[in-house]
Amino acid sequence: MLRYIVRRILLTIPVLFGILVLVFFLGHVLPGSTCRALLGERATDAVCAAYDHAHGLDLPIPVQFANYLGALSHGDLGTSTKSSQSVLDLLIQRLPVTIELALAAMLFAVTIGVLLGVISAYKRNSVIDVVTMAGANIGVSIPIFVLGLLLAFVFAIILKGTPFALPPSGRLTPGITIVPLATSWGLTSWTGVPRGIIDFVSNIYTFNALVTGQWAVLGDAIRHLILPAIALGTIPLAIIARITRSSLLDVLGLDYVRTARAKGLTERNVVRHHGLPNAMLPVTTIVGLQLGSLFGGAVLTETIFNLSGVGRAVAEAIGSRDFPTVQGFVLVIAIIYLFINLIVDVSYAFLDPRVRLT
Amino acid sequence: MTAVVEAELVAPSTSKGIWRDTLGNILRQRNAIVGLTILSFLLLTALFADQISTYPPNQVLLGVVDGVKKSSAPCIHVLGCPTSQPELLMGTDSNVRDVFSRVVHGARVSLFVGFATVGFAIVLGTLIGMVAGFAGGWLDNVLMRGMDVLLVFPALLLAIAIVTALGQSLVNAQLSIGIVAIPIYARIMRASVLTVKESDFVTASRALGESPAGILFRRVLPNSITPLIVAGTLGIGGAVLDVAALSFLGYGAQPPLAEWGSMIGQDSGKLFTAPHLIFFPGLALVLTVFGFNLLGDGLRDALDPRLNR
Repeated sequence: MLRYIVRRILLTIPVLFGILVLVFFLGHVLPGSTCRALLGERATDAVCAAYDHAHGLDLPIPVQFANYLGALSHGDLGTSTKSSQSVLDLLIQRLPVTIELALAAMLFAVTIGVLLGVISAYKRNSVIDVVTMAGANIGVSIPIFVLGLLLAFVFAIILKGTPFALPPSGRLTPGITIVPLATSWGLTSWTGVPRGIIDFVSNIYTFNALVTGQWAVLGDAIRHLILPAIALGTIPLAIIARITRSSLLDVLGLDYVRTARAKGLTERNVVRHHGLPNAMLPVTTIVGLQLGSLFGGAVLTETIFNLSGVGRAVAEAIGSRDFPTVQGFVLVIAIIYLFINLIVDVSYAFLDPRVRLT
Repeated sequence: MTAVVEAELVAPSTSKGIWRDTLGNILRQRNAIVGLTILSFLLLTALFADQISTYPPNQVLLGVVDGVKKSSAPCIHVLGCPTSQPELLMGTDSNVRDVFSRVVHGARVSLFVGFATVGFAIVLGTLIGMVAGFAGGWLDNVLMRGMDVLLVFPALLLAIAIVTALGQSLVNAQLSIGIVAIPIYARIMRASVLTVKESDFVTASRALGESPAGILFRRVLPNSITPLIVAGTLGIGGAVLDVAALSFLGYGAQPPLAEWGSMIGQDSGKLFTAPHLIFFPGLALVLTVFGFNLLGDGLRDALDPRLNR
């Protein structure tokens, strides 16, 4: 097992290196320089030459790449050219937003998706089944931005003034603030990596509010999370429902299930104890893959619901030629994606003893 | 004579030829029929867009139609809309253009976008997958690791970066979505090639002295094409969605082109006052993607013998 994990991690290194190369050189084929994007009209050739020299942008590209790798090996992701903040600090602010959103979307997708899939398989070819599967087909066909805007329209406009109204923008209602964990726990004197971790966790608002008991804030944060999570989670939900249904149907046709039925178990118990555990394997894979892609794919949801997450950060950074930010963020997104895939593969061995990892 | 008799004895089935059998299989799938119906409807809309639409898609109606206002809601007289207002099926947008005409013309753009984008990705992906699977060794490794990199990269963000590099236009948006989709087809093709190239008929061709290129294009490719068709059909829906998403964000189709994604993007701020500007292009997008997804599902059920239930 350990050997397998180590080998898998080693295998991701060439892919990560490829990502670095791709991002780095993409940065150099993008027309327009950082300096001109930054200074706009005021950028003269002399000013930009000085800027490029000061930031090492006039060096040969391979040298720049080597410098970047060198800094990276010390954990230095560089400094944003737009905001002059370190990319790591930006990540600490932005990544928790997307993590919270992606996990909430996945929670919605998995609970509802698996439930619908099981019901569909259990009552196969019934009205419920046909309606659910048609719904799943429509679910994967709705563009996130259309669904997001429609949700905002229904819950923020039509239902305005009713108890079902939900806020369509931001993470907290203006006026409500959340106390950072470092303050709640009296850790403001901490610096460096531990402080970074505390701040990172602190920016996952729902978690922060939950552990420190800021109940009003928690409720507000959750209410702000519902619409984006539904918008982002609908496509994974539809996919999960379909996979659950077809996988469960496959399993229910196997011999051991016939044995279980033959010994007189009710259909409900057959599905719950014999069918579901084995049918969940393909679902695990899909959940992992989808979760990985949600981290980078949340740019539309973040734009519509005005959340400052990772996807929007990268899109904005590309626009302003802020290459250190693009590189750092994409690298982290890719690592998360690869890591989730690794977890999915390894979890196979735990979920299904027949799978031998070699 | 005897040869003909023998052939009839060997194949006495009711088969009417592989193409008609396949077509029959496809038409037995409810999904495929619904999908085909939707897509035929869209195709006809696209072909006859000029005849169907009430005005040219980019015409500003101020001074053309009496009493027209900007961002006005749909008005259909039979449904009780006062006859003092001009009849407009889907209302007007913020530039006082007829939304119905623009949505109808958008069908042209989106269907073309879907086919062209996926066609591009399939051609390149097939070539890469074929070479990787057939050559094996280091070339296989280099190509497929390259594909892994593309897959790990967040698709929409990579597309945004490519569009930024090439300039914002519909063609570049298609190109970037096409590039992002290449790995899917490369992987499918490689897997197919790996299976087919070990089969006896390929060994036989090789023994008969057929060139590697001949084996690849005449023996391997025709036998690997089914999963590509299925993935491609499903992929068109995804490509239409992704290009519309890029246009929505402002990276794709540029105004005044009647493209559904950019129509929604331009007027998304009017959501609270004129939701019809989001609703109608959105509905058109959902219908298109739904059609391709249904057809893709139907094709998969019809063409993949392993799925026969």
